[in-house]
This record gives sequence, C-alpha cells and structure tokens, in this order.
Amino acid sequence: MKKIVSVVAFIAVHAAVLAQSADKASIERGKTVYESTCLACHQADGSGVPNLNPPLIKTKWTLGDKNQLINVVLKGLDEEIEVDGETYHNVMPPLNYLSDQEIADVLTYVRNNFGNKASAIKEADVKALREK
Amino acid sequence: MQNKILCWAVLAVFVLASFAPVSDPIVAQEDVSLQLPQGFQATTIIPELGRNRHLVVQSNGDIYVKLDKLKDGAKGIVILRDANKDGQYEIASSFGDYAGTGIAIKNGYLYASSDDQVFRYKLNKKGEVENTDKPEIIVTGLVKGRQHQTKSIALDNAGNIYVNIGAPSNACQEQDRSKGSPGQDPCPILETAGGIWQFRADKLNQSYAEGTRYATGIRNVVGLDWNAQANELYAMQHGRDQFFQLYPEMYTEQQSAELPAEELFMVKKGSNFGWPYCYYDQYQKKKILAPEYGGDSKKQGRCEGVDQPVMAFPGHWAPNGLLFYTGKMFPSKYKNGAFIAFHGSWNRAPLEQQGYKVVFVPFGKDGKPSGDYEVFANGFAGAGVVQSPRDAKFRPCGLAQGPDGALYISDSVKGRIWKIVYKK
Repeated sequence: MKKIVSVVAFIAVHAAVLAQSADKASIERGKTVYESTCLACHQADGSGVPNLNPPLIKTKWTLGDKNQLINVVLKGLDEEIEVDGETYHNVMPPLNYLSDQEIADVLTYVRNNFGNKASAIKEADVKALREK
Repeated sequence: MQNKILCWAVLAVFVLASFAPVSDPIVAQEDVSLQLPQGFQATTIIPELGRNRHLVVQSNGDIYVKLDKLKDGAKGIVILRDANKDGQYEIASSFGDYAGTGIAIKNGYLYASSDDQVFRYKLNKKGEVENTDKPEIIVTGLVKGRQHQTKSIALDNAGNIYVNIGAPSNACQEQDRSKGSPGQDPCPILETAGGIWQFRADKLNQSYAEGTRYATGIRNVVGLDWNAQANELYAMQHGRDQFFQLYPEMYTEQQSAELPAEELFMVKKGSNFGWPYCYYDQYQKKKILAPEYGGDSKKQGRCEGVDQPVMAFPGHWAPNGLLFYTGKMFPSKYKNGAFIAFHGSWNRAPLEQQGYKVVFVPFGKDGKPSGDYEVFANGFAGAGVVQSPRDAKFRPCGLAQGPDGALYISDSVKGRIWKIVYKK
C-alpha cells in the first residue's frame, strides 16, 4: 500500500514538474513571438501607448477569459475598448498567420510576464477556437 | 435684529462667493527641469489640469485650454485667469460638454472643436465668452474614425476656417495595420478624410457639401496654423507607422524607427501630399512609393511630382502643436518662425523613443524655413531614457502665444501648462 502511495505521489510530482517545465518552455518561445509581433504596439514593458494601444499589465483582458483573449489574437479587435477606465483607439489586426502553438506560447508569455500570473494557454485551446 | 444681521451676512457670503474664482490661485513656480536656450525661463502656471490638448491666449491674457477625455462631468474648455496680473492663475470657469482638441480666437469669437463638429462663442467687450451654454455650430457631421479622430482648427484673414480631417487608417490597407493586406487603390478614405477642409468661419451648420477639400493626401494632422506673414496655411503631418512590422524584408528595425519623415507642409489650395501612396524619405530627400502600392523603399513611381514638405523631421515624433511666432518678446530670429511641439514617439520600439520636445524653425519672408530646426525646449519626459511612452513624465501637445509675446506649452499627461518668457 505504502509503495502504491509513493508511486502515485512520485508520478504526480513528476507530472507537475513536467507541466511546469512545459509552461516554462512555452513562455520562452512566447517571448520571441512577442518581440517580433506584439512589442511594436504594446511596448517592451507591456504598458501599451496611451489612447492608442492598450496595456497588457494586470488587465481583465489578459488575465481573464482565455477564449476571449485567444479570439483577440485570431480575429483581431476592430472596436474601441476600455481598459482600467481608459479608452484605446487603434485597431488590433488579426494575427491568424501565427500557428496555434505560437499563439498559445505568446499568450502564455503575456499571462506570465509584466507582473501577470495566470494559467497557461494550450495549443489545443487555440486549435478549438480557430476551427469554430 | 439678529435675524436681519444673519440675513445680511448670508447674502454677503453669497455675493462674495459668486464673484470669487472657482479655484484658489495656483502658485506659479519656475521650472528648472526644462532645458531652454540662454535667457529664457519656464514657469509652471498650473501643474495638473486634465487631458490638455490645444490652448489659446486671449488679448486680455485669459488662457482657454481645450481638454480631451472628459471624466466625471468635467467640461471641455477651461479658462485660466490671472485677474490681478501677479503671475498667479486661477481656474476662472469651465464650460462645454464636449471633449476635443482645437481652440482658436478670431474676430471676436472663440472657436473650439469636438471630434466631429466646430463651435463658436461670441466674446463680449471684456473679451469674455457671453453665452457658454449655447455655442453656434459652424461645422458638423465630420468623419470621426477611431484613430486620427481629433480635429484641429486654424483661421485665415479672409473669413475661412480650416479643419483637419484625419484618415482613420495607417496606410489605407484593405485590413488596417495587417501584414500582407494590400493598399486600396484608389483609397476611398480620401473622399471624406485624409486632408484639410475649408469652411466659412461665420456660416452655421456646414458639412462636407458646404466645405471645400482644400488639400488632400495628408494622413493626419494635429499641429495646424496660419502663417500671417506668408499668408498661407501650414500643417505638421503624422507620418505612417510600422514599416518593419509590415515589411521586414524591405526595412530594418532602425530604418523603420526613423522613416518616414514627419513632414511640415505649406498647404495651398489643391495641394496633394501623397498619402497613402507616397511617403517622404528624409535621407533620399524625395517622396517614395509606399510598399502597399508596389514600392520597394527606393522606387518613386507615381510619387514623382507629388507636393513636397518644406521641412522633414525624424519619424514618429508625433507633432501635435504648431505655432508661428509673431510676438515681440523673443529675440528677432524667432519672429515669424515656427515652434513645433512633438508629443513623442511610440513606433520606434524596441529602440528608445524620441520626440517629447519643442523645436524652433526659423522662417524667411518667402514662407520657407531659412535654416535647420533647433531644439527649443527639452526635458519634458524626465531624466531617464523613454523606452515606452508611459515612461515620459510630460508630453508637450499645444502651443500658444500671449499678448506680451510669451509662449505657452500644454502637456497631455498630467495637464501641466508652462509659460516661457525671455529675460534678456
């Protein structure tokens, strides 16, 4: 019995560690995508541009509903949005030329950078929405 | 008896209160953090007003500031007054239920703009707005996209008002700011935006049908002014963004940070400055065909013969204020020259941001610059490097000249206003 418990515990810990390191790798890859695709508008520190491009720091858009966030990247956003009481005017182009993995990576990076802490976004999450 | 005294006391308080300024005087302070040429001095006359845009100074010294992004019932026009001329200003009043950018005074009227209308208010003999609640609508129904939506105004000496109608687009691509999306040809935006329209300054409720498209091929303008010496309109264009993000095979990050130039235009009736088909390359010193329309960063194509700027500045500095100086306070070289307030860049990232300063351009009698531009006021952003726009402490936006020839500069971040004087 004791043996079984320790085996289960061993597997659980390992799975957690593996998941963690998978997230870490995703965040690493996401940083590259961010720098080439997002940084020009949302800036190196994720603070955006007043009136034009929204910040990504601890906002309900970045930390909230995963599907909404994935859709912003897949379909773009052609409407004025309000973040923390400020409005932002520039259009967000659809970035559907990025792969499911790249979108998952960059969003996981954004959700775990700039002072953010939120769950990872998986390739399958993006794939499901792209096919809708 | 006691009741009577009380009544009088209450009445006295009411009378006093109705004459008293809305705010306590704000203590004006010299601001040594701004770097200015020898002999000039900056004073902060109000530290935090609101989302300042343009401002204008009346001949009696009252300062009218136009505000954007009104919150909590705030009004769109604020009057700052130094009633006893001791250099300390108070908020005398505020009015106008609309946000906006443009503000100007001409022939006994105060003109102000929202993002789709232009209003005017009659000034009385004391030079004050008489009826703050009922402005006349001069222009209405203008295109107001989500970007480049603000309307700047300028008036000439022949009874006309000029309004910038910015193109709600970066480069008129089918899908705005999207990699691989082609440019629309012809660009349909140019029919109702992407230019400067002329209206009568005294005719009510004009829209496109009553106006004239005075000049076209202009992406967006915020700094707009009439040069009385040259008797011509001048405008500072905000050049397009994102060469590197959209065409990395044609432009390096460094080139994309410097290109295209921010252009100073002498705007004549019928001018066409080429947007979205063309942009100005300040290194090749010519208009180049935009990549959305088949350009390769060198080819001129249809851009040969397109109207040229009278001066070019580095890309993305965001010129938001333009003022031709006609005062007598500053040394003679400043007379009839142009001050330009650069709001500061964002589209240079990941390279450090630039702009965030006020420059001066000397002008000759021919209406053209007589020398290169020089930095006039710097240090608005603070001491450190501006990596992203939010690092900037202040961002200069509007410019105005006082009756004594002093220069006023507004900031859009905290709402600061400086007065710059020359002390000899």
